[in-house]
Amino acid sequence: MTERLPLPYGSRIKRDALVSARFDGRELPALEGDTVASALVASGQWVISRSFKYHRPRGPLTMAGQDANTLVQTPAAPNRLADELPITDYPETTAQNISGTLMADRNAIIDWFGRFLPVGFYYRAFYKPFGVWHWWERMIRKAAGLGVANLSASPRYQDKQYLFCDVAVVGAGPAGLSAALKAAEGGASVLLIDEQSELGGSLTYHRFAIDSSAVRSEAETLIANVASHPRIKVLTHALCNGWFTDHYLPVIHGDRLFKVRAKSCVLATGSSEQHVVFRNNDLPGVVLCSALERLINHYAVGPQGGLVVLAGNDQAWMTALTAAEAGLSVAAVVDLRDAPDDAALLAEANARGMTVHIGATVYTARRSAESQSLSGVDIHRIDAQGEVGELIAQHDCAVLAMSAGFMPAYQLACQAGAKLDYDDDRAAFTLSGLPAGLLLAGSVNSTHSLDAVLADGRNAARAALRSMGMTTDVDESVTCAAQVNHPWPLFPHPKGREFVDFDEDLQIKDIVNATRLGYRDVQLVKRYSTVGMGPSQGRHAALPTARLVAKATVRTVSETGVTTARPPVKPEALGHIAGRRLHPHRHSAIADRHDAAGAQWMPAGLWGRPAFYGEPDDKPRHVAEEVTAVRTGVGVIDVSTLGGIELRGVDAAEFMNSFYTYGFLKQPVGRTRYAVVVSEQGVVIDDGVAARLAEDHYYVTATTGGVDRVYREMLRWNAQWRLSVDIANVTAAFSAINIAGPDSRAVLQALGCSIDLSADAFPYLGFRVGDVAGIPARLMRVGFVGELGYELHVPSLFAGALWDAVMEAGAQWHIKPFGVEAQRLLRLEKGHIIVGQDTDGMTHPGEVGLDWAMNRTKHDFVGRRSVDILAASAPIRQLVGFSLDLEAPKPLEGHLVIKEGDIVGNVTSCEISPTLNQIIGLAYAQPDDANPGDLIAIRTEGGVLVQARVEALPFYDPDNARQAL
Amino acid sequence: MPFLLLKFGLNKDYPFEQIADLPGPTDLKSHYDVVIIGGGGHGVATAYYLAKYHGITNIAVLEKAYLGGGNTARNTAVIRSNYLTSAGVRFYTESVKLYERLSNEFDFNIMYSQRGQLTLAHTDATVRAFRQRAEVNKHFGGRTELIDRQAVGELVPSLNLDPTGAPILAGLWHLDGATARHDAVAWGYAKGATQRGVDLHQLTEVTGVDIEAGRVTGVQTNRGKVSCGCVVQAVSGLSADVSKMAGFPLPIVAYPLQAMVTQPVKPFLDPHVSSSALHCYVHQTSRGEIVIGGGSDPYPLYGTRSTLELKEGLIASAVEMFPFMSQMRLMRQWAGITDMTSDYSPIMGLSPVENYYLDAGWGTWGFKATPICGVTLAELVASGGKVPDLIAPFSLDRFDAFRQVNETGATAASH
Repeated sequence: MTERLPLPYGSRIKRDALVSARFDGRELPALEGDTVASALVASGQWVISRSFKYHRPRGPLTMAGQDANTLVQTPAAPNRLADELPITDYPETTAQNISGTLMADRNAIIDWFGRFLPVGFYYRAFYKPFGVWHWWERMIRKAAGLGVANLSASPRYQDKQYLFCDVAVVGAGPAGLSAALKAAEGGASVLLIDEQSELGGSLTYHRFAIDSSAVRSEAETLIANVASHPRIKVLTHALCNGWFTDHYLPVIHGDRLFKVRAKSCVLATGSSEQHVVFRNNDLPGVVLCSALERLINHYAVGPQGGLVVLAGNDQAWMTALTAAEAGLSVAAVVDLRDAPDDAALLAEANARGMTVHIGATVYTARRSAESQSLSGVDIHRIDAQGEVGELIAQHDCAVLAMSAGFMPAYQLACQAGAKLDYDDDRAAFTLSGLPAGLLLAGSVNSTHSLDAVLADGRNAARAALRSMGMTTDVDESVTCAAQVNHPWPLFPHPKGREFVDFDEDLQIKDIVNATRLGYRDVQLVKRYSTVGMGPSQGRHAALPTARLVAKATVRTVSETGVTTARPPVKPEALGHIAGRRLHPHRHSAIADRHDAAGAQWMPAGLWGRPAFYGEPDDKPRHVAEEVTAVRTGVGVIDVSTLGGIELRGVDAAEFMNSFYTYGFLKQPVGRTRYAVVVSEQGVVIDDGVAARLAEDHYYVTATTGGVDRVYREMLRWNAQWRLSVDIANVTAAFSAINIAGPDSRAVLQALGCSIDLSADAFPYLGFRVGDVAGIPARLMRVGFVGELGYELHVPSLFAGALWDAVMEAGAQWHIKPFGVEAQRLLRLEKGHIIVGQDTDGMTHPGEVGLDWAMNRTKHDFVGRRSVDILAASAPIRQLVGFSLDLEAPKPLEGHLVIKEGDIVGNVTSCEISPTLNQIIGLAYAQPDDANPGDLIAIRTEGGVLVQARVEALPFYDPDNARQAL
Repeated sequence: MPFLLLKFGLNKDYPFEQIADLPGPTDLKSHYDVVIIGGGGHGVATAYYLAKYHGITNIAVLEKAYLGGGNTARNTAVIRSNYLTSAGVRFYTESVKLYERLSNEFDFNIMYSQRGQLTLAHTDATVRAFRQRAEVNKHFGGRTELIDRQAVGELVPSLNLDPTGAPILAGLWHLDGATARHDAVAWGYAKGATQRGVDLHQLTEVTGVDIEAGRVTGVQTNRGKVSCGCVVQAVSGLSADVSKMAGFPLPIVAYPLQAMVTQPVKPFLDPHVSSSALHCYVHQTSRGEIVIGGGSDPYPLYGTRSTLELKEGLIASAVEMFPFMSQMRLMRQWAGITDMTSDYSPIMGLSPVENYYLDAGWGTWGFKATPICGVTLAELVASGGKVPDLIAPFSLDRFDAFRQVNETGATAASH
């Protein structure tokens, strides 16, 4: 059983609930409510991690998850903060980034070589002679990095939820509580967000007054009023990790990411206590005052072995009182100043018999070889700014609690565009320039005495209410005389190791030397030295860095500034941001029939389409059989994924005529026309078939992948043209199948069709509306595969029934379903291009033989100007058909066409044609070589050049007799 | 242990000023032969090669903020040459060759890390496009292969070969793919340029361009007027705005591009892995952080704010590729402004103003071109406006003549 302080200490722990846990392979006695870090400190172990560069032992600094000293490895993930990991959820953790054991890390030898590793040393070495860097890089990579990613960790279930409120209050300390209550009383709905497990913030650990009883009862009342207010929704254990435009807040709570939209937002995020920079200030046992207060009050941990308090402000004296009351032995209070502001503190300390050193600092901390932690401190008189005089005292101690001041928790405010300015009188950064509806309250707003903080919270609530027109209340006056920042808590030591940035192991000389090397801008200092780039993102390093850089470059601290704050505020699991990772997937209404027929699927955008039917191992045979069925009998393909767009209105024809390249005004009702879309740059971007159902009604198809763009472009253009036309994307409403082959007419007749199917009554390129097998259908006679064929578009509800009827009626003609593979081959034999495969982002109509589809007698069409300019300029390339004997190496799509050693084109389509018994393909070639009979050289696999014959298109049925049957 | 580090360690107070990489602030002279607007990688590289190869040193590099603080600081440091067009591949291949020796040339380690780039194909259309890119690359001496699904799995064992709805079919394996410490590239060039006499003026913003009879004669800055013989404009993200000061528009639209980085972990990922179908790419830096980048925000904006939606989509894709990364932690998200041209190629060379040279339209692909941009622009300036062959295809007038250099299919993620 761990020794803990008696009640009332230990607000978070359950004294009778023992937890069996292990850290780094050793038993760790703990209580429910402990974090991994509090349990370790309670057990007497301060060392939790090894530092990034020098592998120095490190312990908790903040006890609030704000520093990288507590990073440990859990079974699922590296780099978790031990001071925020509940021991009950993480009973098994280990140290990370060590070689050997935590207490005996072989890499700690680097600390001894530290003098040879000045700031940015890696820029100055490891590259001579040329080539050695490859070897060094491997070493450096291995040394870098912290924990080890668990490559077999599986994603947790993590989801998202939207929340809405009038006022979001971030931070439930005194300022946040007071703001939330005031806003709720003013009629606003309030969301109060806090990272900790309970309300109260600093009220739960800091005493605020020498006699803390009045503060305690005031805090209890405030918390009770907030918790019971019906308009306040409280989210504890919730981390507001960013501010995005218009008060859009991601809030992480358990396995859920709340996305909060607030009308206004109060940031009561508090401030980060700052450390004093002296030699060995990183020793385990050296903590911030607030960390010791948290240990005592939250976890009833009262570390033994003596305490020294290093004070840059009056708050630290309060810590000494709290510790003394809890029974810790206070060896000394050391104040950097000449006296505490409140003389009563000195009197109280004297009354308690504490040793007090005024105008002095801890200059060096000493380490116990056994515990690798703090064993004592040397105290020197301060002579001038950053300069110390003689040694005035030495104290043995296991804990040093320090407070050099506070840095506003500026991250959220700065993400919202606020600026940080340095106030020389208060030696502190202050925030200004917030966007409308974003308010600050409490210590983030540079108020620190409790009365001022509470009033500031109420004022922020008033401002939020005013911004929403909910009150006309004016602010109460707030005065805060408390001076909390010491102007220069930095004490360089000849032997160094005075850490400015614990994450990155940066000492005073590292920051100063970066400026001496010419990196004078604070951004350059950051980038050269990596200060602030570690896991805690400069929370504790920003202020001392600004001061050091300002001094070294003879500028003001304001001019120097700090580096940009970016989201997230604290490291966040990728899983929270990814959420449930929902993936839309589209399948046609006939998909189950394809599965039953043994379809092998291939993706087509979000759709799946049957590639072919049958066993994958025997793909070529299946595809060839499907091709043969279409060429000699009948086949059927599901083309539901084709886009379908309806245009209705008196200007429908005018719209079609302006949007597509071909002429549509004179298109007869009951006919289809090929419809090409080009971009304003003259590039072919889609094609389809346009059917005219009535004078004011078109139905037009688009490619599977292109329909969304075509539809979007149509809406865009119509917003400009303002024609009287309604445009609807009916892709999902209609399903379509294409019955193709010499027997297709017979199959359709056998189905029972209300339309006269004879060649004269329903010719090639005709369009009819009627019933097929009792199903209302739109029929097009189109010839993509080059045979007699009918494309049937029916409401998707009937698609399955239609498919079944077709298969049944077609059985006597041995109808075969065919997939995309066969269709590609069939259309290639016919010389039809596929937009996106045989065209690229530069293809203009002339290059692919589509000049005929450019109607130049009409007034205009989208892209016309570009198309005309391109047509008038010398052609660079031409898409040609080519053939090769079957014995030749088969070119693959993407292989290059070479002429005189230069690239002149590429193969876009190439297949073995079972119908023609040769290799056929399409390729871009030089216009000089585009005539049938010319030879083009294709560089095939392994660099083998083959000479292919340019062929006239189409390869198959050049007279187009079969599709017109 | 390298000798230089011994020297640092054995000297108690090493005089770092004597080996400073960058000089302190200096006065702005009233005349420079060459004024370079923009102190990013491209600007200082141009100054460096002008001084080194052409003996021109009366040069001012004018930077409104700090050295390399624009997109040089914000890009994800990917270097590769596996583009699609002949013009592009030839150009970027030269850049890669220069990069490989840059540390030794600078005597400053840019940590050039050649660990290869793997781009994933999830559709057969992409496989076709990749084969063409591999062939074009090989044609120009690049090391690029189309590899099958199994080889992809062997190369990156931690990769999920079956992202939902987008199974991996093949990969484009580009052995020349690399990263470098991006800031160090700018510093190395700045160091070499300033040591040869070039003036680098930080916190010096150009506020106007003086033109007489169609010829540039000087610039105005927040620190006063400077006359000059010629101007090179190299201001990523703000090209169209700055060119307006010189009186002509550029066919460029600026979009914000975001990227993010996780906490550092021990090395598990060697190559850079990219998927255009998932709009996402991922690589591990030498520090151990995982850099995640992808497509631009969908609207034009001159702002580097971060947005939640883009982050959600991008990270969902990253986790799809590497499911275990859902337990890793994101540390920082940032953004840059990208100058997008319609063909995803740069605009380099002459402008409508005489002696005013352009280096613009660098979209999301500028960092990898830094050395070759410097070399070619220096040649352009030193020759008084004779456009080097390598950059001739990227001329501004290509948009009027429909001679675009289409690289839209060869970017890491579609934008």
